[in-house]
Amino acid sequence: MTRTEFWQGNTACAEGALAAGCNFFGGYPITPSTEVAEHMAAKLPKKGGVFIQMEDEIASMASIIGASWTGARAMTATSGPGFSLMMENIGFAIMTETPCVVVNIQRGGPSTGQPTMSAQGDMMQARFGSHGDIAIIALSPATVQEMYELTAKAFNLADKYRVPVFVMSDETIGHMREKVIIPDKVERVERKPFVAGSPPFRATDPDLIPGFPLFGTGQHVHVTGLTHDERGYPCATNPGLHMALVKRLVDKIENARDEMADYEVINPDAEQVFVAYGAPVRTVLQVMHDRKDPNIGFLRIRTVWPFPEKALAKFKNAKRFLLPEMNLGQIAREIERHTCVPVKCIPKLGGELHTPSELVAALEAQP
Amino acid sequence: MRKEVRFSGFGGQGIILSAVILGRAAVMYDNKFAVQTQVYGPEARGGASMSQVVIDDDQILYPKVSVPDIYVIMSQEGFEKYGATAQESAVMLVDTTLVHSRPKCRCIEIPATREAKQTLKRDIVANIVMLGALVAATHVVSEESLKKAILDSVPKGTEDLNIKAMQLGLELGKQP
Repeated sequence: MTRTEFWQGNTACAEGALAAGCNFFGGYPITPSTEVAEHMAAKLPKKGGVFIQMEDEIASMASIIGASWTGARAMTATSGPGFSLMMENIGFAIMTETPCVVVNIQRGGPSTGQPTMSAQGDMMQARFGSHGDIAIIALSPATVQEMYELTAKAFNLADKYRVPVFVMSDETIGHMREKVIIPDKVERVERKPFVAGSPPFRATDPDLIPGFPLFGTGQHVHVTGLTHDERGYPCATNPGLHMALVKRLVDKIENARDEMADYEVINPDAEQVFVAYGAPVRTVLQVMHDRKDPNIGFLRIRTVWPFPEKALAKFKNAKRFLLPEMNLGQIAREIERHTCVPVKCIPKLGGELHTPSELVAALEAQP
Repeated sequence: MRKEVRFSGFGGQGIILSAVILGRAAVMYDNKFAVQTQVYGPEARGGASMSQVVIDDDQILYPKVSVPDIYVIMSQEGFEKYGATAQESAVMLVDTTLVHSRPKCRCIEIPATREAKQTLKRDIVANIVMLGALVAATHVVSEESLKKAILDSVPKGTEDLNIKAMQLGLELGKQP
């Protein structure tokens, strides 16, 4: 039996996490993400979980890494300024292969920017914000329903690939209330179990993911952000070992690009093709509905990182990709890397969602 | 049919709660779709507050209100900022206790704050009076659904007061 709710995006995010079995939340409140923390603070302790308000976002990120090593499904939620502070420990989570979920309800930046307004300006920061060569996973919900579903899914991806997973939402979806259909239960994917006695960071499977040696199970594992060997011991001056480690951390994500790809193709024979993720999806859908023109296509992306590049080729007749983004063209640039078809940015800054008439104007304007 | 509803007044009147209750009535009890959004800025505290609801029988794509069909205006500043440009085909309910301007569109005058104070001794429920009047005048959701959504949303111990406020609004909003 499903049930219906009329929820704010941020509430759906927290409820999706709870449904996925999230049992640790460490965070620091920041507009426009605060309702996620508020909801977790109210609900998590009653379910036997732990909610901690940390002193800042650096500590918040550290707290979920520690919780994750004890086997918790751990999460934090923030917005741009907090996301910037988390970058250092996000890198630590990547290097130590620590599953965790970071929700970013994006607001206008740079700096403290527009706390109460919507934006998608952190898409490239999610991908490349932490130093070194890295690969991560990022999902972007376009409805309150997807806020619930993708947050739940983020935990499965984090546990499966042992990597931080970002829910890259925006103030528009975070603060709107809409109908949500809640399923009985959500799918749960567990971490790969650890084979006792084997070196903790040895990955023998083709997926390049080692089993997870939980703290408290007698494995005496050493966890470090330094370049480490298969035993987890620092080994920071061996060039070949560093190359192999970083390649594995990147390849375990990049090799699973197709498996993780989550997108929808509408009107694949079209010449004019919108590509969108997050809130602008809603405006594109409105334009598609109003125009009913088979020559307008739409690639709706839910998994933004790793970018589902093969999806672009589904539009064999594409003469132009149109990218409405609440930034100056961050994913447009990624698309230019993968196609010779011209890409038209439809950037919008200032905090408001693109209107249907703005997209129609861009569609009708000659390149 | 897509219906766009805009509420405006000053911070503290329950403008956002009104929109949440209306959206909730449509989604939870009328089996429709609804999206509720609000102006969410620091300037809304004490100043003009605004919240909007889109209601439709089908899935709502573009979530924001473009051209409201229905306005509920509860302060003069709210009228000037968010009501003055109403298109002629719109319907506007104004709280005559607090709004002295009138729009070019069809206007339904509801003395909500005065009635709440005089009849119910609590002007805090003026927004619920306006919701009752809105539903009586436009039938954008059913009376029964509105009642259930109000009961879901108001603090414990205030149910009777709020249902009385709704009923008062239903009377005041009845159109000849």
